Parts: sequence; C-alpha cells; structure tokens
Amino acid sequence: MAEPTQERRTDYGPPHYEKFLPPIIKKNYGKWKYHEILKPGVMVHVSETGDKLYTVRASSGRLISVDKIRMYCDLADKYCDGYLRFTSRHNVEFLTDKQENIDPLIKDLQEMGHPVGGIGNAISSMVHTQGWIHCHSAATDASGIVKAVMDDLIEYFEEMKLPGKLRIALACCLNMCGAVHCSDIAILGIHRRPPKIDHEKLHKMCEIPNVTASCPTAAIRPATVDGKQSVEIIEEQCMFCANCYTVCPSLPLNDPLNDGVSIWVGGKVSNARHEPMFSKLAIPYLPNNPPRGPETVEAVRGLVELWAKNAKKYERMGEWIERIGWPRFFKMAGIEFQKEHIDDFKHAGLTYKRSTHLTY
Amino acid sequence: MSDALPKTPKLDELEKGKWPSFVTEIKMAAKKSPMCRDLLGQLEQSYEEKIGYWKHGGIVGVMGYGGGVIGRYSDLPEKYPNISHFHTMRINQPAGWFYNTDALRKICDIWEEHGSGITNMHGSTGDIILLGTTTDELEPTFSELQKIDFDIGGSGSDVRTPSCCCGMARCEWSCYDTMKACYDLTQAYQDEIHRPAFPYKFKFKFSGCPNDCVASMARADMSIIGIWRDDIQVDRAAVTEYAKNGMDIKADVVDNCPARCMDWDGKEIHIDNQFCRRCMHCINVMPKALAPGKDRGAAILLGSKAPIIEGALLSSVLIPFYKMEPPYEELKDLLERIWDLWCEEGKNRERVGEFIQRVGMGNFLEAIELEPVPEMIAHPRENPYVFYEEYFEEDEGEEEESES
Repeated sequence: MAEPTQERRTDYGPPHYEKFLPPIIKKNYGKWKYHEILKPGVMVHVSETGDKLYTVRASSGRLISVDKIRMYCDLADKYCDGYLRFTSRHNVEFLTDKQENIDPLIKDLQEMGHPVGGIGNAISSMVHTQGWIHCHSAATDASGIVKAVMDDLIEYFEEMKLPGKLRIALACCLNMCGAVHCSDIAILGIHRRPPKIDHEKLHKMCEIPNVTASCPTAAIRPATVDGKQSVEIIEEQCMFCANCYTVCPSLPLNDPLNDGVSIWVGGKVSNARHEPMFSKLAIPYLPNNPPRGPETVEAVRGLVELWAKNAKKYERMGEWIERIGWPRFFKMAGIEFQKEHIDDFKHAGLTYKRSTHLTY
Repeated sequence: MSDALPKTPKLDELEKGKWPSFVTEIKMAAKKSPMCRDLLGQLEQSYEEKIGYWKHGGIVGVMGYGGGVIGRYSDLPEKYPNISHFHTMRINQPAGWFYNTDALRKICDIWEEHGSGITNMHGSTGDIILLGTTTDELEPTFSELQKIDFDIGGSGSDVRTPSCCCGMARCEWSCYDTMKACYDLTQAYQDEIHRPAFPYKFKFKFSGCPNDCVASMARADMSIIGIWRDDIQVDRAAVTEYAKNGMDIKADVVDNCPARCMDWDGKEIHIDNQFCRRCMHCINVMPKALAPGKDRGAAILLGSKAPIIEGALLSSVLIPFYKMEPPYEELKDLLERIWDLWCEEGKNRERVGEFIQRVGMGNFLEAIELEPVPEMIAHPRENPYVFYEEYFEEDEGEEEESES
C-alpha cells in the first residue's frame, strides 16, 4: 500500500449538493407545482413562482469515458449554464430555463450518439451490472447484452407508445448488484453446474467453517481430500447460487458451456396502483451467445411487444399478467412451462395456485 | 507495448446500432490508456470463450478506510499486464446526482491521470464508479479527490453510500427534503461508511414519494419513502380542464384506484381520503390537478435486499409516518438501536431483513423498543403457533407478567 500523502483529510463526505444546483432550482426548491411531458425525453416543471425548468433526458450508456463526460460538460456549458445531473437509471439530464435551447441540445446529443427519451410511457435506460468488464463472479456479460437489447428496443426509448412504464434490468449473477428482482423484465446471469473445488488451494485461501455456513441448502461439508483439509459438495443439493464462491475463491462456478441467462417478468418498485412486486421466472435458460445474444434480444422484444399489445393503459407487465393469469401468459408468450418454473425454496407453497380461479 | 488497439472483431459488433456503445467508450479511453487497451483484449477473449477473466477480489484500499475500493486483478496478467491490477474506486456522489461542469471536469482530469479514464455514471448503489487503477495509484487518486472535496463511498460490510431522488430540487411530489436528509445521514455516518464493522452491508435510499424513483422498496435495508397523512389536494378547475381536453377520468383515474375511494360524476372528482392508499396513481395521471396533501413526511421501511443468501426481500413498514425534519434525532436513535442489535445478534453476512426473518418481527420490535402497529403487516398471522409470554400462575389467581 502506498504511503499516505500529507495534509490528509478523511471522513468529510460528499460535497454539499447546493453548490451543484442551478440558480433556478435554488430559487424554486420545494416550490414546484406541476410538470408536463412535452415530447419524448423532454419535460417541464412549473413552479409556484411561474418559473419553468426544462429537462432533456438522454441515455448515457452507463460506462462512459472521461472524454465523454467532458463532452457532456461542453453541452451543459453551452445550453445549461454549466449544470447537469444523472438519474438512478444511468440517464444524463440537462436542465435549463431556456425553452429555445431544447431542440439544439437534442440535436447535439443525437449527433454525439446519445438517444433522447426514457420519460413517460417508455422504456428507460436499463440498470445493469459490470459483467466481464470488471467482475469475477459474472455468469454472463452485462454491457454487451444491454447494448444489443436496447439497440433493438430503441424505438420504445425514443417514443412514448407503450401502455405504461417498462423497466428492464440486467444482473450478471444472483448477487444482483443490479437488484433486478423487481423489474418488469429482468435478465439474470445464471450458473447451472456446482462449483469445481480446487482442493490444492482451498485450505490455504478459505476458512472452511465460513464456506460450509455459506450454503443456503447445507450442501457443503468439510472433508479431507488427498490429506488436505477441504470440502465436499452434495451436488443434488446445489442450486448454483454461488454464495460459497463469494466467500471462497477456490469454488468457481463459471462454466462457458452451461452459464447463460434467465428471463424474469412482472416486477415493479413503484407503489402506483398495485403494490411493489418481485419479478417471476418466465424463461429458465437462454445461452450466452456473445457478442449480441440474439436469443435474449428476441425473447425480450417478444415479451415487450406481447405486453404492449395486450395491456390496458397504465398497466405494468406484472399487473397485466396478474389480470390475465399465468397460464394465459405462458400460452400467449409461447413459453413452455417447465419444472424450473415452480418454486422449491423457502415458502414455495405460497406460490402454488390455491383456488379454482382458473381460465380455460 | 504498442499503442495500437487490439483486434476485437466480436466487440466491434457492439459498436453498431443506435444505443450508446461501451466499446466505443473504452476505445476512446484506450487512445490514452494502456489499461483500456488490455481491457479490450481481455474482454474480447471473454467474448470468444464465454467466460470472465477476473480474479476473485482482494483487499486493497486507502489508508484509514476499510471500504470504498474494490480490489480486482486479471487472471491473465502475463497476457494483459496493464490490467494485472484493475481496482475500482467508489466515490460518494453528490445528493441527487447534480453536478456543475467544473467539478465533473476535475474528476475527469484526476481519473485520466491516475486511472483508466473509464467510469460508470453511476453504479447501482449510486456512487461515481472510477473503473480500474493500480494499487499504487489509489492513495494519489484519493489525495487529489480530497482537494476537490469528493470522498470515497462504501463497500463491504458497512453503510453503503446512501442515495436519493432529486426530491424538492425538481419534483412537486417530494413529501420531504430527500437531498437534505440524504446529505445529513451520509455526513452523520461517515465512520460507518468508511470502516466496515457490521455483519453485512446496510443501504439507505431516500425517495420523495411512493413512486420511489430510487427503488428504495427493493434495494435499501432502510427505505425512507415520502408520504402524506391528510387529504389529496384537488384543483377542481384543473380537473375540469383535463376532462375538457379529452381525458377519460373514469377509465384512466377512478377505475385504476386500488382503494376504489374515488368517484367522478362527470363534473367533479370525489375522494374518500380515509381509504386512500397514497399509491400516487391519480396524482401521476393528473399532476396539474391533484397533489399530495400538506401534512407530509415519510414512511420508514426496513429490510429489502437481493436474493443472496436467504432469498430476496422487499422492505416492510417500521414507522408508518415520520415528520422527517432535521436533525432527524428519533430516526437516528432508532437506527442506532437497530444497528446495535443486529451487530450483537446478527450472523456473518446476514442482512438486517434476514435477521428479522430469523428472530421474528415481534421479537425484533421488542428489542428495538418499538410498539407493534397494524400498519406493519399485510395481515395478522394465519398459524396458531403463538409464543405466549403472559400467563396465570397457580394459586395466585392474578395475571402475572412474565419478566422474560
């Protein structure tokens, strides 16, 4: 570790947000009265004071170079008095009180290759994780699939022609750094084979009690292998969660032949209308097929369009499926219902159909 | 080493199409950064072979901090020496992700000099992610960040960098000042953010209204979600205006009300507020006409998390309404009682939501000295296996309160 530098400060926290607020926001802080979506990617917030603040939202793509951030800064200096913000879904937002700046700004953004949209009844940018760019436990890449899926669905980002909001997210393993478990559509990287135990290294790198305790199904037991302290795994009990790998590097699950993605549907976070819901399994397995993962792109588009065609106005994916019922959903989506769709973890019984509310 | 970019036929496919391309971004940075050239090489190999090539973690950081830096090493260091170290630094974002260009440019300059020049704006938890540098550059990077007042965020078993929606800065629905609260608690818990001392991570997210734009319900151990107690504010003239402009108020608004507490008689909207669930739908559809009430605050919920280890959880209600006014003393007291209990009794890598599942919400509430209220549950228990703690003693004939 490098030597600390002089005059070292610690624990001062982030800079105060006030210094980053445009004057119009400072003046109207807490005084906003209503807002309107003017066109895709553009909204206006109107204050009690009569002031108007225009927002232009564009996809950032999440992984951006410092040169791209500088280009955003140039735009913010040109159109927004040097202020900008980002959103919780990796969008970049330009805020201005000058309505005449909107169209030139959009033109510049589009020329830079950053689509404007993601507001209202549209798909916003996908929340996602690091994948093969930076993570040891990734069962699939993240940025590549997201790029391919959003290239395909760009019309739904740039226009507002969906029945309601649609949130898509991707997590490259079950750790779900992208917390995809409450998304309308979630793409989740999965392993399908148990860890390959490195008996040579395990006793040097891992604490065996931690390893055995890490398994949610108690499938890992201490064992002596070739005279070395190690573990054994009851393979039938392994559900490929990779929690053991998180605590012990000598238990890798990555497997190019069997890793892939699963597709989940019907989750939501917002409390609007229906309470928040978890996403549920729609497609248990699709292969990793880099660079563009055509199977995943096609599956996601199919789900988006099925919902778009059949949902009522404002109805989120999960609300629509709840109305029509899961058997109808599987039939309409052309997805074969399999054993994997039925829960077998904790409280699984609560997910069984416990009524005769059936459709035929 | 050559300055030329490695051949990346697979990744090049991801420069096509209209969505912004991360490959283009890495290539942009690779003009100046040998790290990014090797990153492209290794990533292309991952795309060829369908497997990642990063080693499992590693403990690195800056002096005095135990979190905020994610150690990362290539599994193929001979082939890609410039990413043999490729650590991530998490930098605590300003509340609401607002910036001026001066601050952003300074961050860019620092990262171009000391790291790979690629970033995530932002990571899932909310931090500015500076993606990829060597161990030797961590301390100099932090030193430069100190000069521009940006501090490192959380990682590991600590308070993770709190995040919030833009709240009152740009939203009429914010029922409390999310940015102020987020900043206040971030500053109050600097030690807990920088020095992992918990059983596992603890996340805060501050949403100004039940639309929950920062996904606090699903992604925060403590979800602080703005809400109001009194009646929805109605601008009758504006309702009429919506109707006049062609909105089908019955179909679009009234029929979507989950509490069925609204009526539209063709002229006026009637809301029976005692049954309103504060779901936001009607307000979302008619933002000019309807607004949250004036008695505003927040609902405090606890326990959400992703699946690892014991399954995913959504947060559940702990305090149905809290005024959310600085200095948030009652909230901080409650929080510290929760942390004390969880640190004492929680198992290694057990999130607070899982801890509650294990010990039972009733016992948990008793331990943190909070009275149970019906708002905390979806419904009362369905099973009769009750751990009764009060009973009559023989001979005494009077109720004896158990001391346990």
